[in-house]
Amino acid sequence: MTGCLTLPFPAPVPAAGDYVLTGPDGGLHRLLPADGAAQVDLTAHLARYGALPHRAEPRRIIAEVEAAGLTGRGGAAFPAYRKLTAAANARPTPVVVGNGAEGEPASSKDRSLLWISPHLVLDGLQIAAATTGSRTAVLYAPRNERLHQRLALAIAERAAVRMDTAAVELRDAPGRFLAGEESALASHLTGLPALPGYRPARGLPRLGSGQPVLVQNVETLAHLALIARYGARWFRTAGTEEEPGSMLATLHHADGRMGVVEVPLGIPVAQLLGPREPVQAVLIGGYHGAWLPADQAATLPLANAALGPLGATVGAGVVAVLPADRCGLGETARVARYLALESAGQCGPCFNGLPRIAAALDHLARPRPDRRARADLDRWAGLVEGRGACHHPDGSVRFIRSALRVFAAETALHEQGRCSGTNPQPFLPLPSSPPLAHTDWS
Amino acid sequence: MAKQLRVDPTACTGHGLCAELAPELVTLDEWGYPLVTNRPVPRALDRTARRAVTNCPALALALARVP
Amino acid sequence: MTGITHTTALWYASRATGVVTLVLLTAVVVLGMLVNRQGRLPGLPRFAVTGLHRNISLLSVVFLAIHVLTAIVDPYVTIGLAATVIPFASPYKPFWLGLGALSLDLIAALILTSLARGRMSRRAWRSIHWLAYAAWPLAVLHSIGSNTDSRSGVMLMVLVGCVLAAGTALAWRLSRMAREVPRPRRAAAILTQMSAPVPLRPASPGRTHETGGHQVTATTAGQL
Repeated sequence: MTGCLTLPFPAPVPAAGDYVLTGPDGGLHRLLPADGAAQVDLTAHLARYGALPHRAEPRRIIAEVEAAGLTGRGGAAFPAYRKLTAAANARPTPVVVGNGAEGEPASSKDRSLLWISPHLVLDGLQIAAATTGSRTAVLYAPRNERLHQRLALAIAERAAVRMDTAAVELRDAPGRFLAGEESALASHLTGLPALPGYRPARGLPRLGSGQPVLVQNVETLAHLALIARYGARWFRTAGTEEEPGSMLATLHHADGRMGVVEVPLGIPVAQLLGPREPVQAVLIGGYHGAWLPADQAATLPLANAALGPLGATVGAGVVAVLPADRCGLGETARVARYLALESAGQCGPCFNGLPRIAAALDHLARPRPDRRARADLDRWAGLVEGRGACHHPDGSVRFIRSALRVFAAETALHEQGRCSGTNPQPFLPLPSSPPLAHTDWS
Repeated sequence: MAKQLRVDPTACTGHGLCAELAPELVTLDEWGYPLVTNRPVPRALDRTARRAVTNCPALALALARVP
Repeated sequence: MTGITHTTALWYASRATGVVTLVLLTAVVVLGMLVNRQGRLPGLPRFAVTGLHRNISLLSVVFLAIHVLTAIVDPYVTIGLAATVIPFASPYKPFWLGLGALSLDLIAALILTSLARGRMSRRAWRSIHWLAYAAWPLAVLHSIGSNTDSRSGVMLMVLVGCVLAAGTALAWRLSRMAREVPRPRRAAAILTQMSAPVPLRPASPGRTHETGGHQVTATTAGQL
């Protein structure tokens, strides 16, 4: 009996700079250059992209963003112009935050973007600040010494030529899954731990002082910087009518290779995967996303219009395959355990439900699981959805439910004491050591 | 004006008074946390709802306007 | 001169209501700690603890008012109205009565903010409510110092009883606090609990205590 047992977090997250850019045919090079070389020098950056339009009227920028149809690239796909409008109308003047926290272990696109095209992100930050009239901006980057230095240098370079109207503060994001959540970031800005807050009223999160916070994913800002230069029509030359533009995707191939690529929205998923990858299922949208059977995934475009009806979303662009020799239940159980441990511990249903669900899934991943494990899991999943302050329980349940659907045959096998997985090596990436200390949120 | 009972899940520590005082509107899950109906509070139960809100030791319950 | 005069009656009334107030305040403080740590009174529903806490606190205000009024009106000692709220302003025993005035001020703050609970931020209400831990000891000290006969007999027994009750409740509260799992560790704690290889059994709704041994059942928030 091969082991489908969960192992504690052995797969490390790649460090900044260790990226393999594999470009599928049809890949674009708007945000990341074709040769993958970092564009840190400001002069070279401006030579390549052109000067950043100065003193563009906020209303014009927002109108251009609306025409472009840019949506947030942090996972929620919220129309960018609406957030910018809300921020422009908010009083007092908001602080603008570039969110590169990237708490999702399977995603590397934000740190890659910051590593390779920092000035594009910083341009976007300035444009966003111009629309709201903010004089202060913050850039949240993952905790990484080399990345931090590079970003600090880029900011200093711009300051030296007085390029930026809003002063940019560089901050390290805590390495937790939820640290990149909007209200968690706002909380961290105030000096409190990066824990999500309860927000019954829709709208921008606010600091303790009452100042609103405009949070935009760093990739969204990069697109913003290009829309400001080249316009909406240019932006729409890629992607689909409803989901225009390009996006960064993090691909996890069956042989263990990981890559960050820039693709048009709506690109066929089949084109992202290698032609002969031995794949049984594909995870789209990361650990709050959903599994899809490989043959079904191969027919789909990477777009919410097609994925939505199947219970999946593009999310932050994570596309991870499950190699044919792995056990889908075991992999999902490992991730479910991680997701449970990443609970902020604030909301009763979440910190009670997610660990129990993870434990039940662990049972199902073993041979001959207890009959009640599945029933318990279903009951707990129902109890957890929608009852947290943030979407951690909802997203985790979506991911786990999709696994039970897609790996239903595997569940049946396990009941008979068998397993189709022949390779016990963990596949999906998780942080190498689970942080559990209270201070890890600050 | 229709009102709805809402729980702040970060403030709620599972005291359970709400379920005792307003059993028609709140039940407890197996961990002692409130399951609040998302339907508007009928006028007849308005006072019951208010009583539950006032008596929550954690000030986690609120009566909010239905959006 | 024999016979109970008008003066003596007021003096007795003030002392008697003072004792009752102290006992009631002790009950309020004990119940308050019970509420905070989700303790239960055997056989009573949950809202009984909160309800008693609130009702007894309101009752104590009544007795406190009578205690203060009879003390002011009593011509045997000079205690101006101002001295009941301004600490250490009384001509008679300024220090010990001053402690009482201070305690009264704090109690007023507690009562008023609690009546206006829905209208202030949770954090503001909680910060002020912490003053209860100052108000009660001040009342005890005031009792000891204002009374000549507090060193003997019934009065001493009452004082000792109050202090013991509050002390026990505080010890209980602190032990519950020490056993509480900090928020960032809660999910991990439950995961560890669940890792025991035992059958999973669904708990009945609303169970408030753990069954012993290896069974994994509902765990109240208060224990976690």
